[in-house]
Amino acid sequence: MAEKLIPIYITGKKYEVPSSLTIMKAMEWAGYKLIRGAGCRSGFCGACATVYRIKGNYRLRIGLACQTVVEPEMYLAQIPFFPVEKAIYDIEELKPTPEQLFQIYPEILRCLSCGTCTKACPQEIEVMDYMADAMKGDIASVASKSFDCIMCGLCAARCPAEEAQSNVALLCRRLYGKYLAPKSQHLWERIEEIEAGNFDEELAQLKSMGEEELRQRYEERDIEPA
Amino acid sequence: MSYTPEMRESIRKVEATRRRRLEETHPRTLPKEQEEILKRFHPDYVEGGMRELLVGPNRGDRTPNELADLLEGRSHIDVAAFDLGQVDYECDVLVIGGGGAGASAALLAQENGAQVILTTKLRFGDANTMMAQGGIQAADKPNDSPAIHYLDAMGGGHFTNVPKLVEALVMDAPSVIQWLEDLGCMFDKEPDGTMRTIHGGGTSRKRMHFARDYSGAEIMRTLRDEVRNRQISILEFAPVVELVMDSRGQVAGAILLNLETGDYSLVKAKTVIMATGGGARLHYQGFPTTNHYGATADGLVLAYRVGAKLVFIDTMQYHPTGAAYPEQILGQLVTEKVRGLGAQLVNVEGEQFVYPLETRDVESAAIIRECVEQKKGVVTTTGQQGVWLDSPMIDILKGPGTIQTNLPAMVRQFGRFGIDMTREPVLVYPTLHYQNGGVAIKPDGSTDIPNLYVAGEVAGGVHGRNRLMGNSLLEITVYGRRAGKAAALRAEEVELGGLTLEHLRDWERQLREANLEPQTVSPLLLPDYTRHTRPVSKVM
Repeated sequence: MAEKLIPIYITGKKYEVPSSLTIMKAMEWAGYKLIRGAGCRSGFCGACATVYRIKGNYRLRIGLACQTVVEPEMYLAQIPFFPVEKAIYDIEELKPTPEQLFQIYPEILRCLSCGTCTKACPQEIEVMDYMADAMKGDIASVASKSFDCIMCGLCAARCPAEEAQSNVALLCRRLYGKYLAPKSQHLWERIEEIEAGNFDEELAQLKSMGEEELRQRYEERDIEPA
Repeated sequence: MSYTPEMRESIRKVEATRRRRLEETHPRTLPKEQEEILKRFHPDYVEGGMRELLVGPNRGDRTPNELADLLEGRSHIDVAAFDLGQVDYECDVLVIGGGGAGASAALLAQENGAQVILTTKLRFGDANTMMAQGGIQAADKPNDSPAIHYLDAMGGGHFTNVPKLVEALVMDAPSVIQWLEDLGCMFDKEPDGTMRTIHGGGTSRKRMHFARDYSGAEIMRTLRDEVRNRQISILEFAPVVELVMDSRGQVAGAILLNLETGDYSLVKAKTVIMATGGGARLHYQGFPTTNHYGATADGLVLAYRVGAKLVFIDTMQYHPTGAAYPEQILGQLVTEKVRGLGAQLVNVEGEQFVYPLETRDVESAAIIRECVEQKKGVVTTTGQQGVWLDSPMIDILKGPGTIQTNLPAMVRQFGRFGIDMTREPVLVYPTLHYQNGGVAIKPDGSTDIPNLYVAGEVAGGVHGRNRLMGNSLLEITVYGRRAGKAAALRAEEVELGGLTLEHLRDWERQLREANLEPQTVSPLLLPDYTRHTRPVSKVM
């Protein structure tokens, strides 16, 4: 059974493609071998950010080419790279303070709170909200709200204030993870035990076991309840 | 795109049995039965899927057909015409690959005094690391120990793993978690700082650390940012097409291809770290895959051509739960964490048929058996089979909102296609996920070939014949760090002879002697998913 073909426009050029395909697979079906604009093909990497509009409708829409199904009369273009500002810093030298944030990315304070970034996010992240938190210097909140960011760059591409939202968010997550997250006592203790050689003997014993003996140990091991 | 009426009817049966199933979990598979299921249903045992290699260090070894063709392929390079006198880049350590292993290696090599270049085929960070959802193992809880982690990993690999490689893996694990956190990775924690950890298939302790279900992405974007901050040279869209040797039989650099201009360039390097990842985009036996676009086993081909030995190359990991519906996301990963949080696998009748957290090979084989032999799979409109992963159980067991909080990527993924996994089960079937084997390494990441180091999925031996969930994010960081350090220290003492491509002439000779006249040019670099109705012009 032949599938229904629909017209789409890839960077302005018309192709007839099966209606069930994602934008990415439709481009390949049309004959494009992708070099840029394809990465994980599963919605995690941000390589295939795509801007499109339906013929006759002024409204620009966004999506990931690998996760968005084609629609009839779709005009699309991929934005596989956007030259967003990335500050260079030494994480060891930083302090998790609002001043530090503004020093590294002073343009944070230029945000107009227009909300275009939020509309442009294929991950449905409240980008404007976390930028507002960044303006307040609330690093923990930026880190949490931006967590699902795939750094596709669409927010920056559409931003009238030329913000580098994804890099501001990345800085906040790193500051949070390194300086603000509660420390894990058990992790430090275990590292000290390993460094003291507490497990060396047991490991040496296990390594020297033949398969039979090791298998028996494995099958008899107790399992922590779910 | 939501479920068809036939699928809805089956979902009603799943819902009808759910209350009962909340109280009862299918028993674990006994060791003998495991062996039986694997032999009968795991793709590694399908006779027609493999053939013997005819040339190279692994001559006579059983290898997947698709990989064997590439390993026995011809070079992209015309040896007679390539000018080795024109060196375009020079460095102490060349890192090939921009995933988690490559990034870790680059950082440690630089810390140990090396001048580093990192080259990668697509963008820096386009790697399976970015897509790893579930987590990273480390025995850092009081009820756990590196020894128990060791036992789990060895059992998961059916006792074929190389012991000293597993030892390094489990002993380094806690310090690697600390290193990542020191760089700013956000692991999920309790308010008092205790790491939140869960089970994975085949673990006997809850030692899976995670960052929501963006665990790999969180690690990758942090490592990538750090490499950029340290201003390490990064070359993107520049895959390696051949390693270069020197007159003393050492690896001494590589030839890169600029994927956008078609230009080749030559890097001279005192040591080389191969961190090119896996090969599931070869679609062994026609399986769909969870892997990123560039996972085409290039590193195996490159290393094989300079004489490196491969191990466990006849075993691939099929992840039990790839998306089976809708068609648009066929084969994409549904993280093991869904089962770790309590979801069961059930058939078309809503009945369990396997313990939810067997090792991946056994779990996959059990799903294939349920569909192929028992005929109790759900069949989609495209003829794809699958079984239900009963995700709504999680919120019932652990409280409303658990799924949304812990599995935001999964909820988003299915939500895009009109499926609400907090209320409806999702359909899954095994998908090609991981290369269990690879280039044989030692605990410092070195190989039998002087100056060649290997780390991450392209390496073999750590996992034996089957890797446990959460030991891959661990492997890339542990061995990336080890290889980075060792390669930097080695670079201090290396003296290179004249550069040569004699090994490629020798390879051609070996092919001729085996009466092979391969048409395949390798490494593959990118899979070809394009459709053309006539032969394509050479202009392209």
